[in-house]
Amino acid sequence: MSNRVVITGLGVVAPNAIGKTNFLHALKNKTNGIKFHQDLAEKGFSCQVAGTPEVNNNLLNQYFTALEQKGLLASGLIYGGIAGQEAWFDAGLKINKSTDYDAGIIFGTGILGVEKLKEAFHLIDNHRVRRLGSTSVLQTMASGVSAFLGGKLGCGNWVTSNSSACTTGTEAFLMAYNHLKLNRAKRMLVGSCSDSGAYVWGGFEALRILPYQYNQHPEEASRPMSKNAQGFVPSSGAGALVLETLDSALERQAPIYAEVCGGAINSGGQRHGGSMTAPNSKAVQQCILQSLNNAQVDAAEIDTINGHLTGTIMDAVEINNWRSALNLSGEKFPLINSLKSHIGHALAAAGSVELVASVLQIKHQFVFGNRNLQPIHPDILNQISKDTIPDQTQSTAIKYLIKASFGFGDVNASTVLKQFEK
Amino acid sequence: MTKEDIIQKLKRIVEPYVNHTENFNNLTETSDFIKDLEINSANLVDVILDIEDEFNIRIENDDMEQMLNVKKSVEVIQQKLK
Repeated sequence: MSNRVVITGLGVVAPNAIGKTNFLHALKNKTNGIKFHQDLAEKGFSCQVAGTPEVNNNLLNQYFTALEQKGLLASGLIYGGIAGQEAWFDAGLKINKSTDYDAGIIFGTGILGVEKLKEAFHLIDNHRVRRLGSTSVLQTMASGVSAFLGGKLGCGNWVTSNSSACTTGTEAFLMAYNHLKLNRAKRMLVGSCSDSGAYVWGGFEALRILPYQYNQHPEEASRPMSKNAQGFVPSSGAGALVLETLDSALERQAPIYAEVCGGAINSGGQRHGGSMTAPNSKAVQQCILQSLNNAQVDAAEIDTINGHLTGTIMDAVEINNWRSALNLSGEKFPLINSLKSHIGHALAAAGSVELVASVLQIKHQFVFGNRNLQPIHPDILNQISKDTIPDQTQSTAIKYLIKASFGFGDVNASTVLKQFEK
Repeated sequence: MTKEDIIQKLKRIVEPYVNHTENFNNLTETSDFIKDLEINSANLVDVILDIEDEFNIRIENDDMEQMLNVKKSVEVIQQKLK
């Protein structure tokens, strides 16, 4: 018999809150994490609003030694290092004195340490490569966060990093889930992060898919499912979760937040309407269906959906994909929300931060309200009832939650989570 | 600059990289950076860069290869300061 897998630890560094407890509070209060960024204005961005976590020195000192802070410019490593350690300690785990061969890490990112890369380019071009010192590699290698956390915590199982654009976090989660199902580890720290700043967000500005209409009203800029959605708001941060076999969690008497029932990962192959930037809807629907099949859960049992829903014209297409895959519409459609209405689109970090939010919703039996929803897009109201799109946070019974992430390259990942029962 | 001045400055430079505090507190001229002070070998390049900044000198690869303890480091620094 294969293992049951549960979630035993959470960590989060988000633009509107840092730490599990603050984040829960922010979710319930729909706290805005989007601000005006002077730096973007000075660099000539048309979109001058974004989400950046506010990490203070106390927090930095709590999770990084003075030596680790020396020359530390990779914001993704800061976010991931904090979120990863928070999740680990939240699960009741300690820093291992000797290597724990049953514990692994999968921590993904899109690109790590762009500020550190900028420093490196500058030094190298000025014939000063030797001035890079020892920190350049760790801060700019894609596996920098998993390598940092692996050493900090003493993990001796699979320690790696994945990358699949905006599905990265959800993909890391499912990679670890499968690893645990196969009995190849007892516990896996998973997560993803994304650097902050103009160098990460510039490419999206150039694609003209960021909103430029809300520079005077940053708190209104991120509008998933709204008729006035003008593009996704660039953001950053990190989320982390500890996944564990049920046997290991019970043996340790660890806190159990929720159970992972299953999931699926696929790609639309950039065919049939799919492209580098647009989804092949058939593949999206298949991914959702496969995750339900894998979890052995009926669509009608789903209580709530945590969507990808970025705040672009594609939101109505995503709703159509959910509606078609679940074969539920109108009033029968589950409650749906998007964390991006609170904190924007944290790119590679989105999946993991949104999974932390999803798990908190299950644990505390509520659905957070969508910000900036009104007026809801008519192409969405054509498909599902407005009552299924809460704009206020509400208490509700959640047994099953489904969460999906979709990314550049026409890649998809979907997972089904369940309220924990012994 | 006297030898003692250089050792004092060197002490301040290596301190953040030290993993064996007791040996650091009992630092002698023969203290080995890696074996005794347990400085991570990757951090030796940072120690060298900090020495360059502090003394306004340039340390080449062959100099660096010798600078594994306090005595040798002081010698190289003194030589560069001449």
